[in-house]
Amino acid sequence: MGGPEGTGGRARHGGSAVRDGLWSDRRAVFGLAVLAMAVAVALFAPALAGDPIAQRDIVATRFLPPFSSDIHGAFHPLGTDRFGRDVWARLAYGARISLGVGSLAVLVSLIVGVAVGAAAGFWRGWPSTALLGLTDFALALPRVVLLLLLASLWQPSAGLVILVLGLTGWMTIARLVHGEVRALAVRPFVEGAVGLGASDLRVLVRHILPNALTPVIVAAALGLGNAIMLEAGLSFLGLGVQPPTPSWGNLIASGRDTLVNAPWVAAAPGVALVVVVVGATLLGDAVRDRLDPSLAARRAA
Amino acid sequence: MGLLLLRRALSGAAVIFGVLTLMFFLLRLAPGDPARLLVGPAATEEQVAAQRHALGLDRPLPAQYATWLGRFVRGDWGTSIATGRPVARTLAEAWPATVRLVGISLVLSYLLGIAIGVLQAMRGGALDTVLSVVTVTLFALPGYWLGLMLVMVFTYQTRMLPAFGAAGFDADFLTGWERLADRLRHLALPLVTLTLIGLGGTARYVRGAMLDVAGAPFVAIARAKGLSPARVAVRHVLRNALIPVLTLLGLSLPALFSGAVFIEAIFAWPGVGRVLVEAVVARDYPTVMAATAVSAALVVAGNLLAEALVGWADPRVRADAHGTVGAR
Repeated sequence: MGGPEGTGGRARHGGSAVRDGLWSDRRAVFGLAVLAMAVAVALFAPALAGDPIAQRDIVATRFLPPFSSDIHGAFHPLGTDRFGRDVWARLAYGARISLGVGSLAVLVSLIVGVAVGAAAGFWRGWPSTALLGLTDFALALPRVVLLLLLASLWQPSAGLVILVLGLTGWMTIARLVHGEVRALAVRPFVEGAVGLGASDLRVLVRHILPNALTPVIVAAALGLGNAIMLEAGLSFLGLGVQPPTPSWGNLIASGRDTLVNAPWVAAAPGVALVVVVVGATLLGDAVRDRLDPSLAARRAA
Repeated sequence: MGLLLLRRALSGAAVIFGVLTLMFFLLRLAPGDPARLLVGPAATEEQVAAQRHALGLDRPLPAQYATWLGRFVRGDWGTSIATGRPVARTLAEAWPATVRLVGISLVLSYLLGIAIGVLQAMRGGALDTVLSVVTVTLFALPGYWLGLMLVMVFTYQTRMLPAFGAAGFDADFLTGWERLADRLRHLALPLVTLTLIGLGGTARYVRGAMLDVAGAPFVAIARAKGLSPARVAVRHVLRNALIPVLTLLGLSLPALFSGAVFIEAIFAWPGVGRVLVEAVVARDYPTVMAATAVSAALVVAGNLLAEALVGWADPRVRADAHGTVGAR
């Protein structure tokens, strides 16, 4: 990935590229629609759903199956949990945590990954060797094991999860940016900027980086799905976002205990998670194929 | 090839050393004074200081690090705070279960993933589209959730398979085939879960690698020579597509291991992952440290194995003992 050959565009091959365009458009449309819907639900949760934490009249309202109304006339599209809380409301408010933590973690990864990758690609010699060594080292670590270690040493919180996910997810981005920057650094327009007397930092930030960032979008989209999944995993183990604040992970965990009499409590957040991660992945796939027309043409052939 | 593997083994040792160093400093960075914790809240400052001295915490950091590393490398991992058992013995009992689960699921998910990816690349059309939807969904499934759903169906609703542990309570009284059947029944759900979540990523990658190779000139020549499509797909395209796939095998090991941590926690599978999760929840630092190191060691060992496989599949790597495999 990200070698020098990745930057040269090749002419598209008529019909096959169009056919592939349609398919990739479908993936992109689906991915964007899913992500937009999830963001909308998260943003407008107060308007779309009731109170996610309130528990009134537990005995009468708990374990109601989906599409039922309780004796007070409140409708529960996804049923209620063992405390009589509305699963839809918890799902909608949980989207705020899951999407928020996921995207902030990806942002941290982006900052670290772009910085490390750009520095390693631009300054050859020992800084490059050291940074690439660090990247390979970080890639070889089992991420979840490291997350668990950190979660055991510090108090679990959303902030810690963002930081830890971000600091364990930058390596792919660093590798991509490194390849791009290396290839761009020898191009004539860069030599021109150097010849005009621009400083190293200015050349890197103003001339090289803007051209190197497109493949990073792909890595960010794929990373978002991954981060959402890992946040849910940590919260599922009780080491992430703490109840009663709902996150999709701790919703699945709370549904685990009532799997027999109320399977919908664990099923609903899981389905939401899968749909969002599929959306992010397909969007990433579609953008990747778009960015590399030669790849798209070959894949359609 | 031997030289290359030696280099890789050395860099693997460097990774494990790095993990140990990272762990030591994270432990020192973490809030909470172990001396204060040990003597309790009612202790005087003198008692805390005495405890610090007894634990060696008043010595300079490099000296503490050297002592700690020396003990760790010799396998002196201390006793568990939570259970009082020697940590080394707990992990010695745990790691074979993890290797069994991860190893079998790795083989299964690669065989199935390669088969599906090849089928998609060869046939294309509607079948490719349907399988793409299936594999991306499997890829997006969180293992712990899939595990729960399988438990719901196969344990609670149909009562077909057990969901907890590696053997039944009566395992010691079973012999021969019954014992084996009991083991297999316990292995079924964790194995299927881990295989399914690994399969999606592999199939997606194999499909892409196959399509990348399919455009190469030597494939067109093979077709022009009149070879059957199946022969071209297997002998020419797959053979070359396998090289990046085997490289991916090594890179995907940390992820597979991460998945296994959740699966072991869900199914109470007696492996390193469950030991780790239980130790983390109990704040049992000695066990967390050792389990982290063992996980890293297992990943490094798996990477070496993948490296050897790449060398077997790609003669260019065998010939080029000085080259780096990562260079693409």
